[in-house]
Amino acid sequence: MENKNIPKVYYEESYPPVPTKSVKFWRSCVLWQTYRFFVLNFKVMKIVAFGHN
Amino acid sequence: MATVVVLGAGIAGHTATAFLKKELGKEHDVIVISPSPYYQWIPSNIWVGVGRMKVDQVRFPLEKVYKKWGVIFHQAKALSIHPNGDENTVKPFVMAEYTKEDKAGVPLKVEFDFLVNATGPKLNFEATEGLGPNGFTSSVCAYSHATDAWEKLQQVFKKLENGEKQKIVIGTGHPMATCQGAAFEYILNVAYELKQRKLSDKAELFWLTNEYELGDFGMSGAYVRRNGYITSTKIFAESVLAENNVKWIKRAGVKKVEDGLIHYETLAGEYKTQEFDFAMLIPSFAGAGLKAYDKLGEDITSVLFAPNGFMKVDADYSPKTYEEFNIKDWPETYQNPGYKNIFAVGIAFAPPHPISKPQTNPNGTSIFPTPPRTGMPSGVTGKITAQNIAAWILKGDDSLKHRASMGKMGAACIVSAGFNLFKGQAATMTVNPIVPDWEKYPDYGRDINYTVGEIGLAGHWMKLMLHYMFIHKAKGYPFWWLIPE
Ligand SMILES: Cc1cc2nc3c(=O)[nH]c(=O)nc-3n(C[C@H](O)[C@H](O)[C@H](O)COP(=O)(O)OP(=O)(O)OC[C@H]3O[C@@H](n4cnc5c(N)ncnc54)[C@H](O)[C@@H]3O)c2cc1C
Repeated sequence: MENKNIPKVYYEESYPPVPTKSVKFWRSCVLWQTYRFFVLNFKVMKIVAFGHN
Repeated sequence: MATVVVLGAGIAGHTATAFLKKELGKEHDVIVISPSPYYQWIPSNIWVGVGRMKVDQVRFPLEKVYKKWGVIFHQAKALSIHPNGDENTVKPFVMAEYTKEDKAGVPLKVEFDFLVNATGPKLNFEATEGLGPNGFTSSVCAYSHATDAWEKLQQVFKKLENGEKQKIVIGTGHPMATCQGAAFEYILNVAYELKQRKLSDKAELFWLTNEYELGDFGMSGAYVRRNGYITSTKIFAESVLAENNVKWIKRAGVKKVEDGLIHYETLAGEYKTQEFDFAMLIPSFAGAGLKAYDKLGEDITSVLFAPNGFMKVDADYSPKTYEEFNIKDWPETYQNPGYKNIFAVGIAFAPPHPISKPQTNPNGTSIFPTPPRTGMPSGVTGKITAQNIAAWILKGDDSLKHRASMGKMGAACIVSAGFNLFKGQAATMTVNPIVPDWEKYPDYGRDINYTVGEIGLAGHWMKLMLHYMFIHKAKGYPFWWLIPE
C-alpha cells in the first residue's frame, strides 16, 4: 500500500540498499547460481564438519 | 543390557535415537517417548503456511521407522523424572501418560539407565494474552498451526482480490521470543506469494520484532561479506525487507493481542498498538514443564531444571553481564551436573545466558530475543550425546569425548524467500561460531570466511535439497548416517 505522493526519504525503509537490475539478474541466473550452489554447499559442509569433535 | 530412554522425537531426539540404535545394536534397548505419532521436519512448515507443501510432505509416522530400527516407541507425554527411583523402584524412571487415542491418559512408567531429554520447546502462547491459534494470531511452529495459517492467509488473499486493503503483521509475539529466522522466512514467503498474485500494492506488510536492530536474530547479529564490503546483518535484513516493501517496527515487546489489534511496549517505554488483518507471531518458548522427584517423592525439579523449564547441563549458569559473556559458558557435553546419566539436547537444554545484549525499558520490561537453537545444533547435540552414551555402555568410557559447543559450532540458516525452481529465492546465512567468540575473532566475533549472507536461486535449491535430504535421513533410508546434521 504505497502512497506514491510521499517522497521516499526520512523513512527507515528508505535507507537500506536495494538491489539493482543487474544484482537481481545474477541472483536468478541459472549458470551463476549453479556455481554458487556448490560454493555455498561446500562452506556449509565445512562448518558442519569442524563444528564438533 | 542397558536401557536408554529418549524423550521427544524432534530433530534432536530423533537424531539421538538413530545414532543410539546404530551404535548399540540389538543388545541394548532404546525407548522413545513422544506425544505425537509423527516426525515433523519443522523448517518446511513455512511452505505449508503459504500453501506450497501439504502436511504429509513435512511429516511421517514414527512407528514404522522405529519398528524397522528395533526401537520401542511409546506415543506418550513424559510428565516427571525420578532419577533415584522411588521407595519401590531401585532404578531411575520416567513417568508419562499415553496420548494415543485408545490409551489416552493411561499412565506409563519406564525405567532407564540413561536418559536423553529432547523435549524441545513448549510453545508458550499463554505468556501473551490473545496470542496463538486459540487466540487472534497464527503460528507456523507446528504443521497443524501452519495449515491453519495458510487457511487464514487465503482469506486475506481473497479480500485483496476483491479490492480490500489488508494489513499483515509477522514477527515475534512476546518481548523475549526467539526464532526470528522462521518469522523472517515466513514474511518473505508471504511477500513472494503476494507478488505472484499481483496483490502487493493492496497489502501492507509489517515486520514486528523484539530485536534491538533487525538482523540480530537472537545471536547478537553478525557480519557478512557482501559485494566487496563487510556488512552487518542489520543492513542485510533491512535491505531484504525494503526490497519486499515490508515496513518494520523494532524494539517492540508484544504484551497482548485483541481481535485485529496488537498491544506492544517499546524499549523506550511507550505503549503502542498495531492493527492487523492477519498476524503470524512467534510465541515465547519454555521448557516442556517436566517435574523431578527424589526417592522419597520430594520435588527436586529445581535441581534438574532452570526456572524457565529447560534442563540444566554443563553450562556456567552464574549471573553475568553482557560484557562478561564468554563462549566458555556454553555447554559441551549436555550432561546434567547432578545426574551423570541424564542429558538434555536440542532446545531442551537451558542456555547459560542470552547471546543478544539484554535490554530493559524504563517500565522494567525486558525486550530482547532469547538464544535460538536451530536445527543444526539440535541435530549435532543429539548425535554427540548418542555417541557418548554408546561409548559409556559399550566400552565403559565415561569421558564424554564427543563434544560440541555453540561457541565453536557453526550454523546455517537458509531463509526461503519464494518457492519456485527457477524464480524462487532464499537468503543463505551461515555463522561460525553461533555464539560470537570475541577473543578468537576480535574484529567481527566470528570467522568472516565462513559467515555468509547471500540471496539467490541457489539458496532455494539448497533449502529444497535439505528438505528431501533430512526426510531421507529421518526415515533411515540407505546411507542415512552419511548425511550430516
Ligand atoms: C517455522 C520454523 C522454521 C524453522 N526453520 C529452521 C531452519 O530453516 N533451519 C534451522 O536450522 N532451524 C529451523 N528452525 C528451528 C528448528 O526447527 C529447531 O531448532 C528444532 O526443531 C529443534 O529441535 P528439538 O528436537 O530440540 O525440538 P523439536 O523439534 O520441537 O522436538 C521436540 C520433540 O519433543 C516432543 N515432546 C514435547 N513435549 C514432550 C514431553 N512432555 N514428553 C515427550 N516428548 C515431548 C515433541 O512432540 C517433539 O517430538 C525452525 C523452527 C520453526 C518453528
